[in-house]
Amino acid sequence: MLLKRIIPCLDVAGGRVVKGTHFRQLRDQGDPVSMARTYSEQGADELVFLDIEAAPQQRSTLLDIVERTARQVFIPFTVGGGIREVDEIRVLLRAGADKVSIQTAAVQRQELITEGARLYGSQCIVVAIDAKQVTESDWRVYTHGGREATDLDAIGWAREAERRGAGEILLTSIDADGTQAGYDLALTQAVANAVQIPVIASGGAGHPRDLAAVLTEGRADAALAASIFHEGAFPIPDTKRYLREHGIPVR
Amino acid sequence: MIALVDYGAGNLRSVQNALDTLGAQSVIASTPDGLMHADAIIFPGVGAAAPAMAALRARGLDRALRDAIRQGRPFLGICLGLQLLFDSSAEDGATCLGIFQGTVDRLATREKLPHIGWNTLERVANHPVLAGLEREAMYFVHSYVGVPRDRQLVAAETTHGVTFVSAIAAGSMIAVQFHPERSGAAGMKLLNNFVQYARVQPPTLTLPRKGRGI
Repeated sequence: MLLKRIIPCLDVAGGRVVKGTHFRQLRDQGDPVSMARTYSEQGADELVFLDIEAAPQQRSTLLDIVERTARQVFIPFTVGGGIREVDEIRVLLRAGADKVSIQTAAVQRQELITEGARLYGSQCIVVAIDAKQVTESDWRVYTHGGREATDLDAIGWAREAERRGAGEILLTSIDADGTQAGYDLALTQAVANAVQIPVIASGGAGHPRDLAAVLTEGRADAALAASIFHEGAFPIPDTKRYLREHGIPVR
Repeated sequence: MIALVDYGAGNLRSVQNALDTLGAQSVIASTPDGLMHADAIIFPGVGAAAPAMAALRARGLDRALRDAIRQGRPFLGICLGLQLLFDSSAEDGATCLGIFQGTVDRLATREKLPHIGWNTLERVANHPVLAGLEREAMYFVHSYVGVPRDRQLVAAETTHGVTFVSAIAAGSMIAVQFHPERSGAAGMKLLNNFVQYARVQPPTLTLPRKGRGI
């Protein structure tokens, strides 16, 4: 039986893992490669590195992190943040990333999904969607780190991303992100029901019960979180034990 | 020395990194010559069947792989490296290596596809490379599965809505649908089992299949 995945997210800036709410109050959390190794040893199922600066001049730093991680960590990891061209996808995959996550550029030029999937396979193209609630059952897609609204509705865009060859959707609720008050279950469920590909829920985790809720009621295939792991409140083994005790199949 | 088969598409780096960590020497082989001189072969693969087969043929690696498996060189296929061993794939109708009778079909499940994530090995055969891995979770990324005609080949099964073949083995050849190089400690154990197996295993002839004369 396919197990539910628990994915720590490492926001990277200046070669360090940082954490802040919506790009403010960035706090240093540690060295990305040693954190990746620790999480892997603790039983993380996968890792996501997000380059939150997404500045081209920082790319060599990110590539160095990817290469060093690939030499030491033997679980899948995804790299995202400011990827605009298929050539950037190629470079990251060659450096050792298993998947790339594309967001703003995928909205602006939807062929990027198609091209990436055709060249490297759907399995390595994760389309990240940042969504903000408009009405009870309507969520708008935002780009540029949640700063710019688009005309796209999240459910329709998820379907289109799937049609174009995305292998997974990484879905973040802008409303829930940073609150630690739980994932947006309605949003996650709506998107998970709309597509056949796996949905990774993100934004709002504050307690293992939040992960349990989004993996059951929210119908997510995987739950991504940052602070609850980084700050040690609920280390991965404790979180997984909680999930197991609540009948959720995890590794 | 273990040769990693390079046909220009597979992600060899992660397999090589894992072998480095295990202290096993490996070399990337993109020519038949490179395979000829190896003690053991790992055939990793991602992507679609048809372009992979075209790339293998262009480099003469299709024949070299058939020869190596026939001679009983210890062999580990990974993911597409399992699927390509069969006759043909429903994924773009590709003709594959035809080393074993069978097809590659889209997983007939009502669950989500691609099948991405960790899933467990069931009914694991008594095989040195799979030792200690019964019930262990491995990382899968695929939509297609190998369907061997000969059930004797089946070395492990996994369930995703339906039960499918997650490993096959015959003679010195083993192939797995999951990615041991991405499967954490359990995957490293499998790779280490293979490294040890390749060290001690004298070539064991893979049973000939009917009609092909291998």
